[in-house]
Amino acid sequence: MKSKIKRSMLSKILPGLVSLEKRGLAGWLIIFGAILVGIIVAMNLISPWIAPYNPSAINVGQPLLPPNSQFRFGTNDLGQDVLSRVLSGGGIMLQVSILSVIVCLVVGVPLGLSSSYAGGVIDRVFCLIMDSIYAFPGLVLAIAIAAMLGRGVTNMALSIAVVYIPSYFRVIRSQVLSIKEMPYVEAANAAGSRSRTVLLRYILPNVVPSIVIVATVNFADAILTAAGLTFIGLGVSVDIPDWGWDLTNGQRLLPSGAWWVIAYPGLMIILLALGFTLIGEGLSELLNPRLEQ
Amino acid sequence: MILILLTMVFVVVRVLPGDPVLLHFEKRADPATIEAMRQRLGLDKPLLNQFFDYFIGLFRGDLGKSMWDYSSVSQQIFSAFPATLELAISSMIIAVLLGIFLGVEASKSYNKPQDHVIRVFGIVTYAIPVFFLGMILQIIFGVGLHLLPVGGRIYPTMEPLGLNIGNFHFSTGLYTVDSLLEGSIYKFVESLRYLLLPSLTLGLVLSGVFIRLTRSNMFETLRLDFVTAARARGLKESTVTYGYALRNAFLPVLTMMGLQFAALLGGAVLTETTFSWPGLGRYIVDRINFRDYTAIQGAVVVFGIFVSIVSLAVDLLYAYLDPRIRL
Repeated sequence: MKSKIKRSMLSKILPGLVSLEKRGLAGWLIIFGAILVGIIVAMNLISPWIAPYNPSAINVGQPLLPPNSQFRFGTNDLGQDVLSRVLSGGGIMLQVSILSVIVCLVVGVPLGLSSSYAGGVIDRVFCLIMDSIYAFPGLVLAIAIAAMLGRGVTNMALSIAVVYIPSYFRVIRSQVLSIKEMPYVEAANAAGSRSRTVLLRYILPNVVPSIVIVATVNFADAILTAAGLTFIGLGVSVDIPDWGWDLTNGQRLLPSGAWWVIAYPGLMIILLALGFTLIGEGLSELLNPRLEQ
Repeated sequence: MILILLTMVFVVVRVLPGDPVLLHFEKRADPATIEAMRQRLGLDKPLLNQFFDYFIGLFRGDLGKSMWDYSSVSQQIFSAFPATLELAISSMIIAVLLGIFLGVEASKSYNKPQDHVIRVFGIVTYAIPVFFLGMILQIIFGVGLHLLPVGGRIYPTMEPLGLNIGNFHFSTGLYTVDSLLEGSIYKFVESLRYLLLPSLTLGLVLSGVFIRLTRSNMFETLRLDFVTAARARGLKESTVTYGYALRNAFLPVLTMMGLQFAALLGGAVLTETTFSWPGLGRYIVDRINFRDYTAIQGAVVVFGIFVSIVSLAVDLLYAYLDPRIRL
């Protein structure tokens, strides 16, 4: 009885979260993904206190030492401790992905809502532009834009955002088109509500679940794209520890067989992207049960 | 749609960053050099004129001159393109075959351990950076086992010549095809060995989408009446699955092939960089280091046109395969 009360209280505070475990596989996917992402974010936040060495300091040990008792994950060619770099190397990717998702939300959501609600020529034009971007190889476009804008976290985030805004636009548009024909929206219009009120109060809440799904997928993709941009030399400066840079640097060392330089940072990128992918999978299974059939 | 895309690329490359020539020199050249370069590249004209020049040039197959060595961008792209095409085709084949096979297996053992393993594999392929997978394969098969080469298309002086009969010369630029045309099995095997790791890398990363799609489609199709009827007639299970059910479940896979082609080309840029594969993607990456904006613009445009052509081809093929759809 007590636990029941507790549970119902909790579910009021964190709507839906507590009942996740009852939702079978989808719920577990979300829980597992969230734990994965949470651990990695926490690890990056507390890395200054737990990293055994300064991740940017060179020659803390002999160059290219294989994993041993002193350097658990070995050292790279600059004599940097790989473990310390792994612990603190997610910062840039997380910043880039968060920033790009924010830009997408700020630009894509209002654009999708208003364009599809307004309809007409404006909607057609936006649709055409968005479809063209959507059909284009995303990474190639991101590379071209990042190459023009130059290095830096903001520029990387912007170039990724441009590529993903069409996904938000399309998802929102298809939903708004069906929602705006619903009787209750018609009723709101007939009652004389302003367009802004109808959009924000009556339509937006129904679109939010889809936006959340796109955003989690966007997170995972943004991390991989950020890694890709860093890999081809469009990342940030070398003195900030970054998994993407470690992979780039490690590729030169492959002939020497130094697998530890790339294996651990690469694994971290996979885990982080996997975390977001799992959350996205779970959410879309929960919210669109038909898809899973 | 291509038109909009071209305009967009033009805006991104020529207008957004300000002056590409200034950027090219990182503002460190004297004004006379900059002015000379502008004139040689036609960048001193008003923007609208440049835009029209660029468009008219495009129809003639002229993508402008490289900012790095003033050579023709179209020619450079033309020589790099077959490598990308070869990689794209072979990795798409691997992705589709692997995706269909694993998807069918998963749908047959729905909700059993085998199904879960395949699904997890599919999800992991979404999360793995393609260049990281490439490096892992390089370490295993190249550095560790010394089985396969880790970079390049074939070693120098071994490039296949294509078909030569008297004065007639024909080559596709696809090394596997050219070596067969030349009649050299040795070169064919060598070019396949070079091609294997890059296309396996890209194919594995893309296979996840096809696994998921085939799995859900086959799961439905295997429960349809005509499949049961085929089973009842005593046909072998493999004939029923691959000969009857898969045929029906294949159309969505075809659509997905068209849609995934853009993603494949994006992945190709990274794969080519990882494996020093001299294709269009590597060309872009090289040119970024030289700040050669006209070349980047040209390559991006070619990527766009390539994707459009493929999606058109898929649509046509779809209409041919599905009698319900008529052009």
